[in-house]
Amino acid sequence: MPAYITKRLLQALFVVIVVTLLVSYAIRLSGDPTAMLVSGGAAVTEQDLQNIRAGLGLDQPFHMQYLNFISGVVKGDFGKSFFGGTPVWSLIAQALPATLLLSFLSLILSFVISIPLGIHAAVKSGSWADQIVRILSLVGLSFPNFWLAIMLVLIFSIKLEWLPSSGFLAYSGLVLPCLTLALILSAVNVRIVRSAMLETLSAQFILVSRAKGLKDRVVLYKHALRNCLIPLLTFVGLQFGDLLGGVVIVERVFNWPGMGSLAFDAISSRDYPVLQGTITVLALLIVLTNLVIDIAYGIIDPRIGRK
Amino acid sequence: MASSQTKSRSFFRHTPLELILGILLTAGMVLLVVFSDVIFGTKADMMDLRARLLPPFVSLNHIFGTDPLGRDVLARIAAGGKISLIVGLLSVTGATIVGTIAGLIAGYFRGVADMILMRIADVQLAMPFMLMALTFIAIVGPGLPILISLMIIAQWVQYARLVRGLVLSLRDREFIQSARAIGVGRTRIILVHILPNIIGPIIVLMTLNVANNILLESSLTFVGLGVDASIPSWGGMLADGRTYVQSAWWVSVFPGFAIMFTVLGLNLLGDWLRDYLDPTREK
Repeated sequence: MPAYITKRLLQALFVVIVVTLLVSYAIRLSGDPTAMLVSGGAAVTEQDLQNIRAGLGLDQPFHMQYLNFISGVVKGDFGKSFFGGTPVWSLIAQALPATLLLSFLSLILSFVISIPLGIHAAVKSGSWADQIVRILSLVGLSFPNFWLAIMLVLIFSIKLEWLPSSGFLAYSGLVLPCLTLALILSAVNVRIVRSAMLETLSAQFILVSRAKGLKDRVVLYKHALRNCLIPLLTFVGLQFGDLLGGVVIVERVFNWPGMGSLAFDAISSRDYPVLQGTITVLALLIVLTNLVIDIAYGIIDPRIGRK
Repeated sequence: MASSQTKSRSFFRHTPLELILGILLTAGMVLLVVFSDVIFGTKADMMDLRARLLPPFVSLNHIFGTDPLGRDVLARIAAGGKISLIVGLLSVTGATIVGTIAGLIAGYFRGVADMILMRIADVQLAMPFMLMALTFIAIVGPGLPILISLMIIAQWVQYARLVRGLVLSLRDREFIQSARAIGVGRTRIILVHILPNIIGPIIVLMTLNVANNILLESSLTFVGLGVDASIPSWGGMLADGRTYVQSAWWVSVFPGFAIMFTVLGLNLLGDWLRDYLDPTREK
């Protein structure tokens, strides 16, 4: 078991290094941002430009810039925004909770939707209800998330005028972005629950608990459901990168002030330190989530670690 | 057992609806897009400023209405689908070729090649595509070549892993051993005896990935990091239409359906094919 954890830790570390290297290299590809910084039209001497470059650490070779960036990240220092000099970390500290809140609530809501549907589809496997769940799940998988967002706004904010279409001003502003993400997540999760449940239902202990005369609800939700949660959680871990990718796009549609909006603002103003910090934190988050789930999985199911 | 008989019976019992719907949707959308020039000519780019934001089902000439510049929405959907199909097909073809070759080599010869491939796969599968794509495209600049390249780089690993696993399960089977024993060359064993036996799962993955990549392309174009705004594309139409969603719903409703029908059609086909090829599913 310790060997398994060490192996996963080293793997995670390697992924973090590769991701940060790629992001730093990409930022470097952008060329010299100083020309843009001083594009105000004022008279600038070559000396001024060099001072700015030195101030941003851009006069150093790539490996030094990378090492500086990494040692900063370790200390929680992501550098400063090109514009206004706000520390990147403070921008991230404002945006990250909004993104986490949105992702977490969407995940919970998707469980609420997908677990009962998946169980029902598995119990009535082959019935018309199962067929409908299956088709609905495929429809959900085929929905572009940003389009679903627009359609929900069209229906609930514009036609019915029930909910606000964007922003962070009230809790009701959370409903539509959450619903968008949860519906799309549910489309995938319902299939995982269904197939895990089908496998569990054929197990001996389910037969035994039925034979004991336990109620259907107890058998399904107390005994069988537990065995579906492990594959479901693993899958959520594997899909976490996609979830955050979706969150980024949906935040953009709803002007939700999270990491996605921060990244897009940084992209449009070419504020590279902010972009670098945002992507790095999101990548760290994904790697960390997978690590935690993998290790937890290894502890719950000892067969995994021994493989 | 009369396996062909059970197979054909299960063919009709197991959701033929899925297959019929899949073929209808996919073929319908592909035909509309492929023959867009023949059906609509240059109508997709024709502006008619007197007929701006015309509602749908009012004029026979503009069944799905017109956009803010007076262009026909239906003709633009047909023309815009070209980008989606090009991106979907090219990216998947590229990733399949690279991934299949890598997987065949790693699975058949094992050794160092296999080890390197599996380590690369571990790292790549942990990388969030959307975030990396955002970063690179934001810096290098949007465009079709970078978009397709990023998809190939991100997805070849899926094919390599799939193919490697399939080859591993085949390489020591009797029919391969006997081919080896009668002196068949390695290249011939791989191409003639192994490849045809693993093509099914590869096609399933390809189908689902064409659908997935059409979705990715439209998302990136929607946020301004995909295809250039001057070329008609479904993501671009939705980005334009979003501004008018309050007054002119049709500009953002119909292109969305175009994406959804295409992707749904491919997903239905891929899903059906996976079940059909799955030997454990036969009852």
